[in-house]
Amino acid sequence: MQTKLAAEAIPISKKRNSWIRAIQKYKVMYILLFPALVYFAVFKYIPLAGIIIAFKNYNLALGLWDSPWVGLKNFQDFINGVYFWDIMRNTIVISLYKLLFGFSAPIALALLLNEVHTQWFKKIVQTITYLPHFLSWVIVYGLMVALLAPGDGLFNMILKENGFEPISFLTEPAWGRLLVISSEIWKDIGWGAILYLAALAGIDPSLYEAARMDGASKWRQLWHVTLPGIRGVIILMLILKLSHILDAGFDQIFMFANTFNQEKIDIIDTWVYREGLERLKIGLATAVGLFKAVIGFILVLAANKIAKKFDGQIW
Amino acid sequence: MVKLTIGEKAWQSTVYFILIVLSLLCLLPFLYVVAVSVTPESEVLRRGIVIIPESFTFAAYKEVFVSNGIGQAYKITLFRTIVGTALNVFFTVIAAYPLSKKYLPGRSTFLLFIVFTMMFSGGLIPTYLLIRSLGMLNSPWVLIVPHLISAFNLVIIKGFFEQLPAEIEESARVDGASELQSLWKIILPLSMPVLATISLFYAVGHWNSYFDAIVYINDANLMPLQVVLRNILLNIANQSAESMANTGTVSQFAVQMAAVVVTTVPILIVYPFMQKHFTKGMLMGSIKG
Repeated sequence: MQTKLAAEAIPISKKRNSWIRAIQKYKVMYILLFPALVYFAVFKYIPLAGIIIAFKNYNLALGLWDSPWVGLKNFQDFINGVYFWDIMRNTIVISLYKLLFGFSAPIALALLLNEVHTQWFKKIVQTITYLPHFLSWVIVYGLMVALLAPGDGLFNMILKENGFEPISFLTEPAWGRLLVISSEIWKDIGWGAILYLAALAGIDPSLYEAARMDGASKWRQLWHVTLPGIRGVIILMLILKLSHILDAGFDQIFMFANTFNQEKIDIIDTWVYREGLERLKIGLATAVGLFKAVIGFILVLAANKIAKKFDGQIW
Repeated sequence: MVKLTIGEKAWQSTVYFILIVLSLLCLLPFLYVVAVSVTPESEVLRRGIVIIPESFTFAAYKEVFVSNGIGQAYKITLFRTIVGTALNVFFTVIAAYPLSKKYLPGRSTFLLFIVFTMMFSGGLIPTYLLIRSLGMLNSPWVLIVPHLISAFNLVIIKGFFEQLPAEIEESARVDGASELQSLWKIILPLSMPVLATISLFYAVGHWNSYFDAIVYINDANLMPLQVVLRNILLNIANQSAESMANTGTVSQFAVQMAAVVVTTVPILIVYPFMQKHFTKGMLMGSIKG
């Protein structure tokens, strides 16, 4: 017994010794790494530990430790709340629409650009369509105001000049989702196309030549050469996007939503902000954030697992 | 070159046509914004839709700069973009370097520690409470420090360092260079493309973000450009008494459009310089990672 314990103790101290030696040997490297570890510990892991707030009735005056535990009450309140289905539906519906249209639009643009053989023309179109990606959502909203404002917006001016009533695109609930989805496509269609263009450039030109020799039409070439050539990238991006289905675009919707159109475009994240930081229902808002984070985490892990099957890794 | 059939010519024209329309759709909003911002209100009342103004006025711009605190907001945004990006890149690089060394004991644990934060986070509320208890509310540093290192960018730079040929660094080390010297004199000069890309990502992020300032800052003098623009667009009363007396000649709509122009122009100026780098960056980020 005695000897067995001693035998177990030796590797541990040996291990510790090897650690000390490693730290001495690579001292500079660990010093370089240190600020990052502190940063992630403080700004990412402390908030992570803060999710215990989700299980408390948090009160700003009482603080983290003295606020009473309430178990799963916050989660029950959320799931039984009248707003639950509204914000879940808004989040998922907007995400799915963005997936359906926002995902296919860049592929279509890339396919079109791939047909262009005049280099300067291609370059100009790319330069113009990439630009909106670098604008903030505040600026994009400003452009929407320019086009759609009820008084002086371009479309409403056109409507009025042709004898129609102006439409409150920016506040009418019925237009909310269309506004959010189309502005997202407008902003990121060019940027999204970059990836597919790169994949298209990697297709062996001799495949097209062979297809032409066999008399394949443009459509058949697209179906049998082009699409199979970029299938891998498409599937990877699709899985990645699906795993973020609960991220419907906070920065955008926080800018676009107002008390009028909120019913149609209020998503989990904007709700968490309002409930937590405006109405100070901190425990409830944290619980909802945690609910979303857990689902998101599972989806990302699953996505990565599936993506590996397709011979690639997401992150 | 193979001769094109009629069908193929028609196809080509269709492609060009669609792409031209698409490009115009991207440009049209900008044209209209600029037009509205410089057109005198009298001309709008007379002509209706104005795309090409007959006369110009900069009254809306004067209004934006004089009454809406855009000048001060510019300072804050420049501060967060320049100082913030410099600190972002510095701290990302010095962490990426050790993590790129496969021989470093504990490397994979540290990597997991960092990458995990990309997949699971405490969320908005716990982060807010942390910032609050650190006493960082209403400090300009709150726009920089909480986003000091992006795990995503860190992984990209680490990946780039890893695929540099190890022999170059080894020979320098044999000649007696320290780790720091080899990072500074050998690795960084070879990494300029990826550093440019990452700096660009950080800088654009700083320039464009607005939500952190809304959450963490109350002081009107510390508001960045995007928040001031947002307030102008949403007509959130934020104007000084001086400007209340000053309005009348300029329509609120023209002021809003002038504010959009003033916020967009810096991006347009640097855009041609960034273009070289961002395609590469986009591909690095998405495929390799």
